[in-house]
Amino acid sequence: MMEQEFSYEAKGQALVIHLPKELDHHNCRNLKVETDLLLAENYITKIVFDFSGTVFMDSSGIGVLLNRYKQMERSGGKVAICGAGAQITRVLNIGGIGKLVPRYDSIEAAIAG
Amino acid sequence: MEQIKRQTPENGGYKETDRELREGSRSERKGEAMEGLEKEEDREILRMEVESRSSNEEFARVAVAVFMSRLDPTMEEIDDVKTAVSEAVTNAVIHGYQGESGIIYIQVTIEGRLLSVEVEDRGVGIGDVKKAMEPMYTTDTTGERSGMGFSFMEAFMDQVQVKSAPGKGTCVMMKKRIGR
Repeated sequence: MMEQEFSYEAKGQALVIHLPKELDHHNCRNLKVETDLLLAENYITKIVFDFSGTVFMDSSGIGVLLNRYKQMERSGGKVAICGAGAQITRVLNIGGIGKLVPRYDSIEAAIAG
Repeated sequence: MEQIKRQTPENGGYKETDRELREGSRSERKGEAMEGLEKEEDREILRMEVESRSSNEEFARVAVAVFMSRLDPTMEEIDDVKTAVSEAVTNAVIHGYQGESGIIYIQVTIEGRLLSVEVEDRGVGIGDVKKAMEPMYTTDTTGERSGMGFSFMEAFMDQVQVKSAPGKGTCVMMKKRIGR
């Protein structure tokens, strides 16, 4: 099965994380190490999770989002979500993320918001 | 052997739902009989054995989704079942087999409009099933696991039952009625 990777993009002080097509335990394995490294090396005040290329997420994705949210909250930063489709939105709401993390239609709006 | 059975209020309990669904499938059989297509067994089964690897989480949920498509489910129903299957298989990989090698046994049964999915491992088993099923309960120390696996299975399926014994393994049985 094809390996799905995250890609990262720095926009000013915002770190945009483009999520893979399927966000499950298998594809989440490297995210913590990679983002921890990026957060340590750069001055980041906001993480934007870009779901525009994602069609599936389970509770592994919720774990990743919650941990980043706690991480950013400790350092006074913010977390935002953009491009979430129907399945993703349902999982976010059931996972309790809906109330914690604001959602936007585009990356630009998420960075500005 | 500990067994936990959970029911959501709207399905009115397992036995009742099951009887109602069987009656449903009987009337379907009657319809088929009129066309001369009566079958002995109005039940379809898919059995799979996959290695305990995280890459098989996606394979398992997609295979189940393809099998259930013969029930003509909505996109939302497919997504619900995929999410629940993903949670159960992930549990088997992470907790049942602790990342070691092993076989995960998956059985999907279609009976009338009722979809049943069983995900079984012969791994370490769960000592306290009730506690393991509590929302946010996790044995993970990295903070990356949400502890919502069982809660998700319960949220996305009508009924979730867990049988487990330490040293023997765990079997998760889930049911969902397709096409309300």
